[in-house]
Amino acid sequence: MDSALIPKGLKRCSIGKFYLGIALVGAVVLWGVYAMLLVWIKGLNQTNMNDSYGFALWIWADLGIIALGGGAFFTGFLRYIIGKDELKNIINYAVVIGFVCYASAQLILGIDVGQPLRGWFIFWHANVHSMLTEVAFCLTCYFGVLVIEYIPLLLENRQIDKVPFFHNLGHNMHEIMAIFAATGAFLSFFHQGSLGGVAGVLYGRPFAVREGLFIWPWTFFLFTWSAAAFGPCFTLFVTRLTEKITGKKLVKQNVIDLLAKIAGWMMGTYIIAKIIDTWYWATVTAPSKGFTFMDFYSDNSFYGIWILIAEIVVGGIIPALILLSPKGRSNSTALFTAVSLACIGVLINRWVMVLQVMAHPVMTFENWFLYVPSWQEVATTILPVAGGIIVIALSYRYLPIFPQEKELNP
Amino acid sequence: MLPFSFEWVWDLSHIVFMGGLHYALTIISLGMAYCILKAVVDTKQGKGGHHH
Repeated sequence: MDSALIPKGLKRCSIGKFYLGIALVGAVVLWGVYAMLLVWIKGLNQTNMNDSYGFALWIWADLGIIALGGGAFFTGFLRYIIGKDELKNIINYAVVIGFVCYASAQLILGIDVGQPLRGWFIFWHANVHSMLTEVAFCLTCYFGVLVIEYIPLLLENRQIDKVPFFHNLGHNMHEIMAIFAATGAFLSFFHQGSLGGVAGVLYGRPFAVREGLFIWPWTFFLFTWSAAAFGPCFTLFVTRLTEKITGKKLVKQNVIDLLAKIAGWMMGTYIIAKIIDTWYWATVTAPSKGFTFMDFYSDNSFYGIWILIAEIVVGGIIPALILLSPKGRSNSTALFTAVSLACIGVLINRWVMVLQVMAHPVMTFENWFLYVPSWQEVATTILPVAGGIIVIALSYRYLPIFPQEKELNP
Repeated sequence: MLPFSFEWVWDLSHIVFMGGLHYALTIISLGMAYCILKAVVDTKQGKGGHHH
């Protein structure tokens, strides 16, 4: 039964080994589900969120995985709209990774809202002056697009493809995929941006607030830009990790090189814009609110200047320089280091824009508010990661995700 | 929210926000409807049966 589902001509590990791995990750899923049920049944008192931390670990995780999942929309944009045809060899995997990331974000939000049964309120009783409303709209619509992009992959399973209706449906969906990809790019541009915009319009929070263009603070554009830059790095990171785990080459070097080069240029230009933004904020915006630059990085036990250096230099400039260099891209160790640092860099950026914003005191009589998440928050944040590993493992085993796999592994 | 909902106000914010949502939903729905209907027609015409 199992071998009949595996794509023809491709080799996979034994069923026992595969399901042993799934069972191990499944145990982590069960731990997360237990914590999730505790939150749903007992309420948000299971978390360490408080009046200072309405946004906490979950929102950081959401912003982080949405940025990392940006590889799907940007690779789709490059493949279907710009016409980078070589990327057809990695777009399937980018879609699977994007699907996992956005499903994870939805799950975490479903836990974070406390009353998921009222989740539909945001669509029907929408506050049309809120950036988060736009995020909710675009996030759910884009998840719908990712499901639509994932369905043809499912329909390509060896057994499902034998059913004429499913074969025709998959074929038709492939034919108009450019329309879905364009819709996805449009939706992603706005929700990635609005997630940044939320921080930038916090006028009572001098650490986050930014000037901007019309109604959009600069963080709006920086978030979209960074998702397009760092999302493909996560796609490359997971692809390389999959190659290491399976012991196979799955994507040709010219495809990796092209995506890495584009990510490098996006990251290089982004980091210049980020440095200018930070410099302007430090020298003009923050002083205009009565703060000096070092007020945001001193008098507490955690948030030092190191976090800014880690974000911009270690997680931005260094990976950008490696990805912009042909030698760096051709060396698999350097490339893997660069994409790993890039992923860490964007996660630090999202951490800073969510949690350091909450931590910094805005009143003269206040101290820094430091926060440690509860085990329930940690478990429910790890839950979608473990679930994502299972979805990716099943997809790789039973679907023809990598068009070049057979050629590269005769 | 739809224009006949009691909360609806004919202002720019409602038109842009809700218009954008319904625009995206319409494209997604029409796209999927086209794919499914065409698949039904194709299947009835005997296409896609070469695997058997």
